[in-house]
Amino acid sequence: MRTGSAPTLAVVTDRPEPVRIRPRSFHRRDAATVAGCAAASLALTWLAYSQILPFRGLPGFLLLWASFNFLIYYVAVRETQGRVVARDRTMASIISVVAIAIVIPLILILGYVTLKGLRFLRLAFFSTTMASVGPESPSTQTGGLQAIVGTVEQVGIAMVISVPLGILTAVYLNEVKGRIVRPTRIFVDAMSGVPSIVAGLFIYTVLVANGAGFSGFAAALALSILMLPTVTRTCEVVLRLVPDGLREASLAMGAPEWRTTWGVILPTARTGILTAMILGVARVVGETAPLIMTAFGSATLNTNPFSGPQAALSLSSFQLFGSSQTADVERAWVFAFVLLTLVLILFVVARLQGERRRS
Amino acid sequence: MQMPTTEERPQAAIPARRKVVVVRTRSDRVFRRLAASAGGLTLVILALIGVFLFVKGLPAIKDQGLAFFTTQVWNPPPRGTEFGVAAILYWTVVVALIALVIAVPVSIAAALFVTEFAPRRVRRPLTSLIDLLAAVPSLIYGMWGAAYLRPRMVGISAWLGRYLSFLPIFKPTTAFPIYGPSAFVAGVVVSLMVVPIVTSVVREVFSQVPPGEKEGALALGGTRWGMVRAVVLPFGRGGIIGGSMLGLGRALGETIAILLIVSPLFQIRANIIEAGAIPVAPLIANNFGESSGIALSALLAAGFVLFVVTLLVNVGASTVILRSRSGRGVEI
Repeated sequence: MRTGSAPTLAVVTDRPEPVRIRPRSFHRRDAATVAGCAAASLALTWLAYSQILPFRGLPGFLLLWASFNFLIYYVAVRETQGRVVARDRTMASIISVVAIAIVIPLILILGYVTLKGLRFLRLAFFSTTMASVGPESPSTQTGGLQAIVGTVEQVGIAMVISVPLGILTAVYLNEVKGRIVRPTRIFVDAMSGVPSIVAGLFIYTVLVANGAGFSGFAAALALSILMLPTVTRTCEVVLRLVPDGLREASLAMGAPEWRTTWGVILPTARTGILTAMILGVARVVGETAPLIMTAFGSATLNTNPFSGPQAALSLSSFQLFGSSQTADVERAWVFAFVLLTLVLILFVVARLQGERRRS
Repeated sequence: MQMPTTEERPQAAIPARRKVVVVRTRSDRVFRRLAASAGGLTLVILALIGVFLFVKGLPAIKDQGLAFFTTQVWNPPPRGTEFGVAAILYWTVVVALIALVIAVPVSIAAALFVTEFAPRRVRRPLTSLIDLLAAVPSLIYGMWGAAYLRPRMVGISAWLGRYLSFLPIFKPTTAFPIYGPSAFVAGVVVSLMVVPIVTSVVREVFSQVPPGEKEGALALGGTRWGMVRAVVLPFGRGGIIGGSMLGLGRALGETIAILLIVSPLFQIRANIIEAGAIPVAPLIANNFGESSGIALSALLAAGFVLFVVTLLVNVGASTVILRSRSGRGVEI
């Protein structure tokens, strides 16, 4: 501290008392520096934006403002507090601004889809199909029932297939610990990186092109390939959290391994497994690419997932978005909005589940 | 009590290792077999995907021979006779690289902010919001990118083309270039999808930096940034590389978002800001409906190439992360 009383043993030297650098202290003067730099860079950005550069739009303006701000701030702090402090402060502000700026595109996307989709969304969306929609119909006349039914059936079947498999694989990785644990873990990781279109192509060559034809079930199989690694890995993490004491207690009481797993470990990890299921659903519910070559899409209601083309929220939205009709493109946003809402609900539910588990 | 040293201990005193015999009930043997077969199924599915795509794609590769990997155009029968993956693989890599160039620094900054700089109250909400970016379907990224972002990127693209034209990637190829449906815009949109993936791996790794080393750096008089540079970043290097590779895998396989943004171009071109680009996955989604016979086989062959590339990248990523000093306990 430099503010204390003068030292009693005053030694006369030529050198001034060394200034102690406290890089993380922050005073009113520093706040003034920040404000001054922000103002200066704002003025500079305005000058550049309106007089020199041919840009338009808010994002570019903010980007330029931020870059000028960092530059001016670095110079200002270096003049007053030296290079080390200047570097620290500038890097801290760059990191903070960049990290918080990630939220901007998220808000833009959510806002834009809501704006576009809510405009033409009517309650009839949930009870009618596209079969009655003609080329002259207004955009408010949009039927989503066939797509909702398709999505629910496809994702439901995918769940029935991949949730038990995923749990069993996680049990193998964490409880049984057999000979092929290492390769299994590596390939579960690799599987989560399989492009969704490749999963669709695979089911197409194996099933659809071999005479089974397009169907919701084929789509469900493709989705379950994508869902399996998500469910497996989340389940494995959850199983790892089950205390060893429970395992040992159960085995010590004479229960065989399968009873220990079925009666003790899985019930303990129940909420975590539920989270794994929700995350798995959220992973595939918005998938579009594999559905192009499996479910194919349909304007009419097809409740039978085992025969005939079926619609899905994402697929219908994609197909309508590619249309040359303005009304169809507007309908695509309605589908996209409903889909996004669904994904958001799943995400929030999974988060709340996770919170409950942690507490 | 004093322990005898090994030299003093007579040889005979060392008891032979007891042989542990595990006797499992029949139900347990069935249970273990069942769980193992579930684990093995993952391997089987992956192998089946590779084998089926290869077998079904083989006619197309045979049809073209080695030219399949060097031809740029994509004119399978009935439209033409020549097709190859040179240009589409090129654009796949270009779009993924653009995405990574943007996403990796942003992800490192986000991970640093969450682990080192942010006030405790901000950490959880910000982490949730970044994870939410991963939950948004790629279709919605594509629609947003095509309708909202693409027109707004024209100005920046034109500016880059005018003032940074000494770089080959921005050098105009025509007198009146069209901006918008380009690899650049697609890369920017894909970078948004890659950020949460890279961030979550890097954040995990950064959170495992030993506190002692961090405190040591600070105690030696380092600033916070000095501590980050000297301790956190070197410690997390494996995680940064592995996370980036994981993001690369995701970017390589991205389909719908890119398909909605770019206009197809079957030609290797250095310029990334002008209209035209077509990676493998969007090509498959786009041409699938109108393909049959050799044309379909060609798409399957392209899918096989994509499958192999992403598989290698992903296995490489997990190996790098797990081998690094920091990544041993990391969930990818």
